[in-house]
Amino acid sequence: MSDMQAMVLIAVIAVVTMLLRFFPFLFFGGKRRIPDYVAFLGDKLPYAVIGMLIVYCLRGVSFDALSNWLPSLLSIIVVAALHVWKRNTLLSIVGGTLLYMFLVQAVFV
Amino acid sequence: MIKKAFVKSLPVMAAYVILGMGFGILMDDRGYGPVWSIACSVLIFAGSMQYVTADLLAAAASPLYAAVMTVMVNARHLFYGISMLGKYKNMGKFKPYLIFGLTDETYSLLCDDRDYPAEGKQAELYCFLVTLFDHAYWVIGTALGAVLGTLLQFNSQGIDFSMTALFVTVFIEQWMTAKERRPALTGIGAAAVCLLVFGESRFLIPAMLLITLLLSVSYRKGENSHCKGRNDDRKGGDGHE
Repeated sequence: MSDMQAMVLIAVIAVVTMLLRFFPFLFFGGKRRIPDYVAFLGDKLPYAVIGMLIVYCLRGVSFDALSNWLPSLLSIIVVAALHVWKRNTLLSIVGGTLLYMFLVQAVFV
Repeated sequence: MIKKAFVKSLPVMAAYVILGMGFGILMDDRGYGPVWSIACSVLIFAGSMQYVTADLLAAAASPLYAAVMTVMVNARHLFYGISMLGKYKNMGKFKPYLIFGLTDETYSLLCDDRDYPAEGKQAELYCFLVTLFDHAYWVIGTALGAVLGTLLQFNSQGIDFSMTALFVTVFIEQWMTAKERRPALTGIGAAAVCLLVFGESRFLIPAMLLITLLLSVSYRKGENSHCKGRNDDRKGGDGHE
């Protein structure tokens, strides 16, 4: 990807993010009510999208060799367990990532 | 006022500096140095989406694809805006910046009424400073991570797992607090099915459509169960049936 294309991509992401944040202030400022369906989607979508993003992160994992999927599985279990235990986002992320790096660099090479 | 806003923003500081560092390192790992990652953090200022951005850049995604992805990942921001309509109504010259900077964390700080100044001008300054501090933590963290990634020539293999880890923590957090878990399972299930059917390079758009469709199906049913739930809650209430 050329620098120009990368800049366009970043600009698109920045502008769409901004549009989403500005939208309610531009369109629902006065008496207009938010359509029920939009409110419904906004309520449910975040939960579903995070699930989708986890699958997205794991899309390259294949099951033909142990070393392709076991490090991810173990690290995800550790992230989840750490998070249920301590509820500290940073601890969960740093702990899980360090474990994963250790596994792919030193154990499943 | 500066002190008050600063103290309010402290809990976000650690989170943003470290997550920002993660983003800076990830971008560096993908071949995008400090200028790129800092520009993203200044201009986009949306945590999860920036982690996805690093991936989109590396995969040379099309602008349209990036736009659709942004809408899905950041749709929740619509609702932060909706709930801040009242509070931000009479804001002056800082209003555009306040709206621009309405991230998950900034929202969680500012929708909290406990330290919120009663007087209009004070309130505006307070919101501006909290937003500005959060933005600064995010950019500083990114810069630290990007420079660290450039300076330290450590073996970064596997660092991209930080993105998976981030989403897993958000998922667990939502799982433990959500009223219902079907949307979360719908997201994983629909995405997994689409991954199998369409393959890893083109499954996201079908997955987004399928998720929206499946959630919409429960919308009509949902109306009933929602009302039922509310009636159940009202047991022993005003008996207004």
